[in-house]
Amino acid sequence: MKSKFIPLILILIFLITFVIFFKGLKNSNIYAPDTNLKKEVPSFELKSFENDSIVISEKIFKDKDYYFMNIWASWCIPCKEEHKFLMELKKDDRIELIGFNYKDNFTNASSFLKDLGNPYDIIVSDKDGTTSIEWGAYGVPESFLVYQNKIIKRFIGPINNEDLLEIQKIIK
Amino acid sequence: MKFIHIFLIVAIILNFNFLKADEIKTENKITKNLRCLICQGQSVYDSDSEFAISLKIVIKNKIQQGLSEEQIYSFLKMKYGEWILYDPVFSRNTYFLWLLPILIFLAGGAIIIKRFYKKK
Amino acid sequence: MASLIGSYSLGFGLFFSIFIIFFSVRNLRDYEILDKKIISFTFIQFFFVVVSFLGLVISFVNSDFSNETVFNHSHTTKPLFYKISGTWGNHEGSLLLWLLVLTLFISIFLLKSNQQPKKYRIFTLLFQQIIIIGFFVFLIKTSSPFNYIFPKPNEGLGLNPILQDPALAIHPPILYLGYVGSSIIFSSALAAMVTSYVSKEWAKHIKRWVLVSWVFLTLGILLGSIWAYYELGWGGFWFWDPVENVSLMPWFALTTLLHCVLVLEKKKILTSWAMILSIATFALSMSGTFLVRSGILNSVHTFANDPERGLFILIFLFTLIFLSIFIFIFFHSEREKIENNFFWLSKETAILVNNWFMMYFLSVVLIGTIYPIFLEVITANKISVGPPFYNKLILPFLIPFLLAMAIGPNLNWVKSDLKDKFYMIIFLIISFLLSALIIKQFDISFLINTILITSAFYLFFSTSREFFVKRFKNLSQNIAHFGFSLLILSILFNNIFSNEVITNLKIGETFKTEKFTINFENIEQEDEKNFKAIIGKFNVQNLDGSLDILNPELRIYNQPNIITSEADIKTNLLTDKFMTMNYVQNQEYFNIRYQVKPFMIWIWISVILISFGGFLSLFKKRYEI
Repeated sequence: MKSKFIPLILILIFLITFVIFFKGLKNSNIYAPDTNLKKEVPSFELKSFENDSIVISEKIFKDKDYYFMNIWASWCIPCKEEHKFLMELKKDDRIELIGFNYKDNFTNASSFLKDLGNPYDIIVSDKDGTTSIEWGAYGVPESFLVYQNKIIKRFIGPINNEDLLEIQKIIK
Repeated sequence: MKFIHIFLIVAIILNFNFLKADEIKTENKITKNLRCLICQGQSVYDSDSEFAISLKIVIKNKIQQGLSEEQIYSFLKMKYGEWILYDPVFSRNTYFLWLLPILIFLAGGAIIIKRFYKKK
Repeated sequence: MASLIGSYSLGFGLFFSIFIIFFSVRNLRDYEILDKKIISFTFIQFFFVVVSFLGLVISFVNSDFSNETVFNHSHTTKPLFYKISGTWGNHEGSLLLWLLVLTLFISIFLLKSNQQPKKYRIFTLLFQQIIIIGFFVFLIKTSSPFNYIFPKPNEGLGLNPILQDPALAIHPPILYLGYVGSSIIFSSALAAMVTSYVSKEWAKHIKRWVLVSWVFLTLGILLGSIWAYYELGWGGFWFWDPVENVSLMPWFALTTLLHCVLVLEKKKILTSWAMILSIATFALSMSGTFLVRSGILNSVHTFANDPERGLFILIFLFTLIFLSIFIFIFFHSEREKIENNFFWLSKETAILVNNWFMMYFLSVVLIGTIYPIFLEVITANKISVGPPFYNKLILPFLIPFLLAMAIGPNLNWVKSDLKDKFYMIIFLIISFLLSALIIKQFDISFLINTILITSAFYLFFSTSREFFVKRFKNLSQNIAHFGFSLLILSILFNNIFSNEVITNLKIGETFKTEKFTINFENIEQEDEKNFKAIIGKFNVQNLDGSLDILNPELRIYNQPNIITSEADIKTNLLTDKFMTMNYVQNQEYFNIRYQVKPFMIWIWISVILISFGGFLSLFKKRYEI
């Protein structure tokens, strides 16, 4: 009885391991956290991009329902890719675009905007990247869709055409 | 009352260096226990990526604001999920993780002891 | 041209497997002695794999970019040495290397085993052929190193610069010798079960293979860890990263098997256990390949991920596992009741205790590595298991392990007593006082540290004594155990007494701590063949007035365009001084990391000692008591 019991258990364990590994193979190993968070917008105080005046978050997110918070930098190559979609999104006046200039300097960043156009209604500069951490961001580029002071969706990496269509559908 | 107040200030000034050294130690301890999420396989302490550098500053600030180690961990857990912690908390999800090795150890010991008893 | 020859000889090699199997099966039935043809065919197969491998090496040396593997992993400006090592620095080439070692080892096995029964040799060959065919098919079907690109590109994509390192260039071949050596143990254990040859003779014969794989595996892990220390720029040598764990698990199993075989060689006990370990060693090596190559894990060491490849190895791995379970259940019978008598205080018990702890360490590493995968599949929660987990579960258990390791070799076989072992207690007291003194000196008041250092010192003293008392008797074992005590001591001291600083400095700035002052003097630029270097000029003023000059580098590689940071390390017998410099986006300052790490070099030396012990043991005629 006992001698048959152990091999059976053994085989069962290995079968389960096989199935788990098999399923694990199909999972993507690139970690994407829950993208539909219902979190409050974290409050922050940052310097404005154009001058040294302080901008506080409560003043930014108050007039409209929808905001699109986009972390970008002039040194970040994928940011150039997504820029045309941001320009497209700017045309919609139901949404306001907030630029988080990430670890950048003024000269490079402004020439970046001069070349490619400025999609942002407000730009603040996150010199040391700490406020982005408060948002739970990973790096550049990254974007958050805000509705009534809550983050409803996040985009890690550059946004593409599909993302743009999705945003336009949500804000309609 | 005033005397105590002055005494406290003096004590804090004298202890300042000591406190700072302690803060660095805590900061290192915390950052060593955090996964650098964009490097996949390095701790925040070990990494020099933009993400890790910013996170180190955030943690330094939090320590100076007087947050405890636990509070910092739970802050990060809220922002980034459990994935960021290298030291998995003992919870429903990790009972097996922590206990299975110990169980295997006990079972191994039991098998060895049984061998000796069997002969007698 | 070379690619074409390589590609064809791979096909021929697989073709010869059919001959080998056909003649082996016929030989099993018909003849008394091993057919010479089988040996010849095995050699021909090996020859074809060698030709194929050389074909790939030549393609790399000539930078023949019509070959896809060369195109993806090489570049004309790469130094010759790294062109050659680039051959196995990628998925396809490394599998070809696996295959090369597989066929090499089975050829050596056939040559060296002529004292063994014919049936056992043929079955070993057959099981090994199953593995070889598996790898041939895997290579040809999913990851052929000889894919042709047309039109031929002018330039390759280059090898990731962090892989351009001498230690890492020889790390894979050495590690594979260890991994693949375990495949011989696996096949031989299955053959021994099928032919009922599990015996003292088998143990004597397989011990050499266990030792060979063990020595190579130990050295392979060492090289990987040296690479991590020099190249990855965080100043650590072990991070409990899944890829590291994956090489450590077969090492635990092999070490256990090595000790188990020592008992089996003396008397026919623990046979089932030895069989399980032989199977487990290879299964763990294979799962290592699976876990690393399939991309199921997150790791520093990024390899090409292709789900199809992962699926193939997974199915292959589990076929082998189920095959061995089947053979174990139906063929293996435990006939060992007669000699099963030893007392609780004996060398046998000590070895059992070793096995017990080794299995525990193995299970910690195994569970820590694969648990996140299980959890994610079952509950979709993602957790990380990192160094704190392993430290918490392994360190406390290291204490009894070290003590047992000190006492065990001094016991006799069958029965032993503790008379005349007075020195053991003296050593324990000395070790405790010494470690308490050290800990107190450095103002670190962790109880566990004191006890850990005590037990490591205890092992250190006991093994040192053996050198004087027993002289050359049991030298190999003693060297290995002594090396282990040295390893644990150096790791502990390294961890406890290291001094680390991370800071941001501009050129000309100074950073002061209680123990040293770092001056960032200047930077210089240099142009090399395949990279541009920015060299930081630093001097570090120590408390005792001595001055260290450190020049960490930033390298900007041209192909692929990657910035790496090269540590500058000043090594002496007592401490390593380690400095890296990193570029920070859009800032004038650099991120500087400076570490003073005591006894770093002793970690490497002690691992070399450990494997040297195993190496010596290979030349012994018989096991000494």
